[in-house]
Amino acid sequence: MAALVQLEARLRGLREEYFRRNRLVDEDRKIAYKAAVKIQSWFRGCRVRAYLRHLNKMVITIQKWWRGYLSRRYFRKMIETAYFIMKMNFYNEMAVRIQKRWRGYYSRKYIHNFYALKKYLQAISMNNEIVRYELQEYAEMNEKEKKKKDLEKEEREKKYQARKMHYLLSTEQIPGIYNSPFRKSPDPMELLLRQSKPLSYRRQEATSPFTYELYDWPTCKRPPAFPTGEPLPPIGRQKPQGPFRDIAEVLRQRYKRLEPTLRVAASINSPLEKAREDMKREGWRNRIHDNEFLPFSSYNKNKKYDPSIHRSGKYGQETYGIKHFREEQPNKWLAGKDFQTVSPSIVLFEKLGKTYSKAGQIV
Amino acid sequence: NSGVISLLRPLLLDVVPTIQQTAALALGRLANYNYDLAEAVVKGDILPQLLCSLSEQNRFYKKAAAFVLRAVGKHSPQLAQALVECGALETLVICMEDFDPGVKETAAWALGYIARHNSELSQAVVDAGAVPLLVLCIQEPEIALKRIAASTLSDISKHSPELAQTVVDAGAIAHLAQMILNPDAKLKRQVLSALSQIAKHSVDLAELVVEAEIFPVVLTCLKDSDEYVKKNGATLIREIAKHSPELSQFIVNAGGVAAVIDCIGSCKGTVRLPGIMMLGYVAAHSENLSMAVIVSKGIPPLCACLLEEQEDHIKAAAAWALGQIGRHTPEHARAVAVTNVLVTLLSMYMDTRSSEDLQVKATLKNILQKCTYLPALEPLLHDAPLNIMKHIVGQFSKVLPHDGKARRLFVTSGGLKKIQEIKAEPGSLLQEYINTINNCYPEEIVR
Repeated sequence: MAALVQLEARLRGLREEYFRRNRLVDEDRKIAYKAAVKIQSWFRGCRVRAYLRHLNKMVITIQKWWRGYLSRRYFRKMIETAYFIMKMNFYNEMAVRIQKRWRGYYSRKYIHNFYALKKYLQAISMNNEIVRYELQEYAEMNEKEKKKKDLEKEEREKKYQARKMHYLLSTEQIPGIYNSPFRKSPDPMELLLRQSKPLSYRRQEATSPFTYELYDWPTCKRPPAFPTGEPLPPIGRQKPQGPFRDIAEVLRQRYKRLEPTLRVAASINSPLEKAREDMKREGWRNRIHDNEFLPFSSYNKNKKYDPSIHRSGKYGQETYGIKHFREEQPNKWLAGKDFQTVSPSIVLFEKLGKTYSKAGQIV
Repeated sequence: NSGVISLLRPLLLDVVPTIQQTAALALGRLANYNYDLAEAVVKGDILPQLLCSLSEQNRFYKKAAAFVLRAVGKHSPQLAQALVECGALETLVICMEDFDPGVKETAAWALGYIARHNSELSQAVVDAGAVPLLVLCIQEPEIALKRIAASTLSDISKHSPELAQTVVDAGAIAHLAQMILNPDAKLKRQVLSALSQIAKHSVDLAELVVEAEIFPVVLTCLKDSDEYVKKNGATLIREIAKHSPELSQFIVNAGGVAAVIDCIGSCKGTVRLPGIMMLGYVAAHSENLSMAVIVSKGIPPLCACLLEEQEDHIKAAAAWALGQIGRHTPEHARAVAVTNVLVTLLSMYMDTRSSEDLQVKATLKNILQKCTYLPALEPLLHDAPLNIMKHIVGQFSKVLPHDGKARRLFVTSGGLKKIQEIKAEPGSLLQEYINTINNCYPEEIVR
């Protein structure tokens, strides 16, 4: 028991000793363990780091080579595009030069041709000159014609006046109005009077009704009359060869109306008596009543009225004495037949009035 | 007013034809004199009696009846409408088929007066079948009849293109074109007027008229001694030129421009107006034609017109024509400006007038926008109002930066001083131009 208590006392301390020794060992072990862990970890670390370094280096190499390859490829592409662009620029420039020349040429020739325009404008000016010149000529011609017409009209007027005033001509004894003795030479009017033919009293058929007097025909002021003036020359009659005059003139002269002078027209026997007779005849013609100075009405009271043949018939005009000269009363006829011709007809008498010769012409 | 018309009415039905004719003639003369009398004739119910037995009557009665219709129809469209309702048109057409030229003339005259008023009446006349008869009348030898027929055709075709086409379809153009050569002045007036009324409506009609070979014969009409022949000739050329550049080109090639310019130079007054307008139309189409007008010496007569004429519309037309000539390129503007007409135009613009302003302003603007001829612009600097000044200064600002001699001239003539005196709003176009000009000069001069 004491041993047990001793053992127990030692046990207690055994336990602590045991615990202590274990603990020491344990701590030593822990320390050794920790040291080992540290060493090992450091070493593993080195190993891994070396491995990682190695990997890094490999990776760098790979990437280096890869990136170099990629860039070289890219670079080549870049060069190609740059070259291409250079080429295109060059081509563009050349194309621009060509187009520039072409467009300049085309627009100068076709779109706005300066020289053609200039020529055109010159042509226009020349044409204008020509047109102006011709119009000027035309205007002058018109004016001349108008003047000529006016002059001619004046001339005609003067000549007509001269013909009307022909009686103012000077005679041998008496100088006329226009031939004053104090003048050196006669007035031109005098000369005109000398040249002109006296106006005959017959109505002038000077104007043919078919001239275009502007207002007569349309407004029906004058009915159309056929021209009764000079006869026309025959159509197609050639002028005979030789020194002959113009046919129209000749015919005009040949068929000119007779305008005898007073001396010729008057009769040889005393013109005075003839004139008186003419007067009387004219007076008788123009008179309405023959018995001018009728006696008083009762003078004729006992006169029987003789009806004229126009009124003496029952119903107006009596045909006896005008239409027929024989009275026929058929109810008194014995036979119904007319007289018969017994003797033969005489041939000559049959032909009376029916021959073609002028001797037997019916008057 | 004393019941004359009701007294004349029974005389129209008298047995003796001379009385009928004289009564009709009296009615005609009464109606001719006064509008009220014509109205009284219509209201007095005379027309049916006048027209009833017309076709059997003799020519003097027909003439007198047509005279009455003409006298009534000329006063107003309402009276003409009343005539149409009475059936006068058929009667007039019957009269036109008569042989006597006097009857035809009076009937054609009556138709002309009726058709003159408006297009419905013209259409009624055409529907009555008058146009072929009128074309036949034109071919007759009597000059008075030709005149009246031409005038009637002119009145019919002036209202609308369809009517003009109807007249053309009847073959009128060829005959009218032949009659241009006739020496009678009044006939030429009517013929030219008829052709211009036909040509004015559309390009096709104008081309038809041109195809009838009127050029260059028409140019001789511009030298005629009668004023109205010249005017109508110029009108015809104007109506043809205004439609298209090809027609204007044709006229220029035929020498028409020279003839018209001479015509303008030789006339005075309203007679010039169609010629001026013709030049404006030709120049408006293209710059080549405008240059052709300039080369034919067209500008001096136009300037003379501006200065001499009193009438407003002629001046406005001349201004418009100058504007059309000058607006294409600087060359054209220079040709216009050289004649110093811009000063005249400006003074006309400044003169307070109402309707002219638009033309002159537009003209000035058009010419100024292209004008680079500085000596002509300088006088304008001194007087111009602000809206014109803008353009003038703009032109200076375009030319001065490039031309040294012009800069020197500008300064010496006092232009720079004037520019400084202009007060413009900052930021406006005018201010920019002024700045541009000031930048051309060193600072000291500007001060």
